[in-house]
Amino acid sequence: MDLYEWQGKQLFREAGIPTPRGVVAGDPPAALAAAGRLGLPVVLKAQVLTGGRGKAGGVRIVQESGDVEDVAADLLRLTIRGHAVASLLVEEVVPLHNELYLAVTLDRGRRRPVLLVSAEGGVDIEEVARTSPEALFRVPLDPLCEPAAAVAEGAGEALAAVAEACGGGESLAEALTGLATKVYALYRDRDATLVELNPMAIAGVGADGPSGGRSDGDGLPADLGRIAGTATRLLALDSKVTIDDDALFRQRDLLEWRGGGDARERRAREAGVTYVTLDGDIGVIGNGAGLVMSTLDLIAAAGGRPANFCDIGGGARADQIAAALEIITADPRVKALLVSVFGGITRGDEVARGVIAGLDRVSSQLSIVVRIDGNNAAEGRALLVEERPDLAVVETPWEAVRRVVQLAAEESGGSGEMD
Amino acid sequence: MAIIVDQTSRVLVQGITGREGAFHARRMLAAGTRIVAGVTPGKGGQSVAGVPVFDAVSEAVEAAGADTSVAFVPARFARNAALEAAAAGVGVLVLITEGIPFRDMVEVVATLEAGAAAPSREGDRPRAGTILVGPNCPGVVSPGACNAGIMAAEIFRGGPVGVVSRSGTLTYEIVYGLTRMGVGQSTCVGMGGDPVHGVGFVECLRRFQADEQTRAIVLVGEIGGDDEERAAEFIAAHVRKPVVAYIAGFTAPPGKRMGHAGAIVSGGAGTAAAKAAALEDVGVPVARRPDEVPGLVVTALRQR
Repeated sequence: MDLYEWQGKQLFREAGIPTPRGVVAGDPPAALAAAGRLGLPVVLKAQVLTGGRGKAGGVRIVQESGDVEDVAADLLRLTIRGHAVASLLVEEVVPLHNELYLAVTLDRGRRRPVLLVSAEGGVDIEEVARTSPEALFRVPLDPLCEPAAAVAEGAGEALAAVAEACGGGESLAEALTGLATKVYALYRDRDATLVELNPMAIAGVGADGPSGGRSDGDGLPADLGRIAGTATRLLALDSKVTIDDDALFRQRDLLEWRGGGDARERRAREAGVTYVTLDGDIGVIGNGAGLVMSTLDLIAAAGGRPANFCDIGGGARADQIAAALEIITADPRVKALLVSVFGGITRGDEVARGVIAGLDRVSSQLSIVVRIDGNNAAEGRALLVEERPDLAVVETPWEAVRRVVQLAAEESGGSGEMD
Repeated sequence: MAIIVDQTSRVLVQGITGREGAFHARRMLAAGTRIVAGVTPGKGGQSVAGVPVFDAVSEAVEAAGADTSVAFVPARFARNAALEAAAAGVGVLVLITEGIPFRDMVEVVATLEAGAAAPSREGDRPRAGTILVGPNCPGVVSPGACNAGIMAAEIFRGGPVGVVSRSGTLTYEIVYGLTRMGVGQSTCVGMGGDPVHGVGFVECLRRFQADEQTRAIVLVGEIGGDDEERAAEFIAAHVRKPVVAYIAGFTAPPGKRMGHAGAIVSGGAGTAAAKAAALEDVGVPVARRPDEVPGLVVTALRQR
């Protein structure tokens, strides 16, 4: 589950990770009220579950209260990479000296958490990793240690190097270590798979009062000495947090944030079916993630374009097949449907009965190809042919894919002529 | 012989009194597996399909000599069940359970690694550590000898081909094709679809290379992670038997999790094209369709 920036920042504050002061606003008047509370200037940030927001014009600084509502209305009308803007985060504008990068995520190869830290934040970190890999430190963390010990042992050197790269000294390194510990504790205690602060800022005095941001002769901010002394304040200016869906049973307070994203994907999840929306016109249902992925590849190889990924799981029970059929047949983009199942422990004849029962519950004019192979597959195919003569029943995946691609093309061509 | 499990494996089923555990215990028995014990806390003294049930894994190891566990415990209890099996000295743990939190699996694999690295205390029997298969996996089948998991035994037959796969149904597809061509299998390992998992391609390749029965190896990969790339490096350096591969997910869009928790292309990494290229670079033929795999295997076996 991906969290909106404001949700991630709420978790940050609960974990003792400082953020700018901010208020969520759902409409322009609320944004104006928020600006009044925070004091101008404010920054208005479109809340979307995708990257590339800055480039798409989704972040705007507003100086005058008379402009707040207009800018808010503009932002709320935006669509960023196909995502409509859900709400706005109105925040105080924080003067800052450096933009850093700090994240904890899973290192799949090492099978443990990894702390990523760089003095070059505020940009696409994958770009930093490509162009100046030496500027991005990757530090594996011992999952059997408490966060403070894991960070101190694993990341001490990297954090000291980053502090130095920012022109700070020991106290900045200490502040970074403290913050990294809180970030890792949040990652662990909240069952996150990603906690990212990009950028993280070394701020002047932050919310407590105005900061200089002036520079002295060395190109260093004049008050960095003070920062390095007692007033070092690290702030998370943006948040990207992903929570492990499989751990929501023990993160119950986060469940209320569930439900964002694609409507079809949400409905499928409720029915216990795994569904991912794709951009083609051929509906696909199968049992097993690998089998479905492979079927999508075959459709592309045959010149077709799948409309979805849909895995009904090994059992291929009637209720799951029905749920998948309901979602896919209601999708106006879908021109033809392929059901590809393999009989294992749930034998081919049982799978066929599930398909028939599922189809009986959903009325559809779609052309449907069913492919059954594996255990008792011949019985399953015979059953389907007998009960549902309207279906095209085939044995091999490649044959099935060629048929459904052809049917989808005919369907598109046919409707084109009628228009 | 075979790898990981064979006719000498003494299997215990964790969660044997549950619906899934009982159903699959019966199936595994029917396939000739030696199931010597079941474990469900609080149900000690009962029996399921003639198999005695114990309260704890350590009791099942002690009383019945179990050395391999197949675990069907619910996701939220899987971490403790896995650690219990490892602490009891079970040599192979096949974790079928799907949907275990990442954090729990990270802790389990770190504990297993630490256990394998730690010297055995005086008086302990020497421990090589526990091999973990899974989670979110269909298990391990050595046809005719041991079926440790949820795969349908009818689809397999004994023979010279080792199979290791991240996908259960694609294993079926490919093995069914092999079996129909009269080509049997030594062992089929379903390593599971989670990002944090136990044995991977490299460990299975190492064992297949050392296994006398195995004469060719099939590797079934999918998008996400870099297991296939590391397999390619290992093949180049250490594997002298022919390897044939299939990779699923060439057309999967980036950033979307395709059913398996581990099947995701993130930040341009983990694409099927990169995996196929890495394998082809070290001379491994990569089939474009699953049904091409059996033919490539037959060709590889003939050439030897």
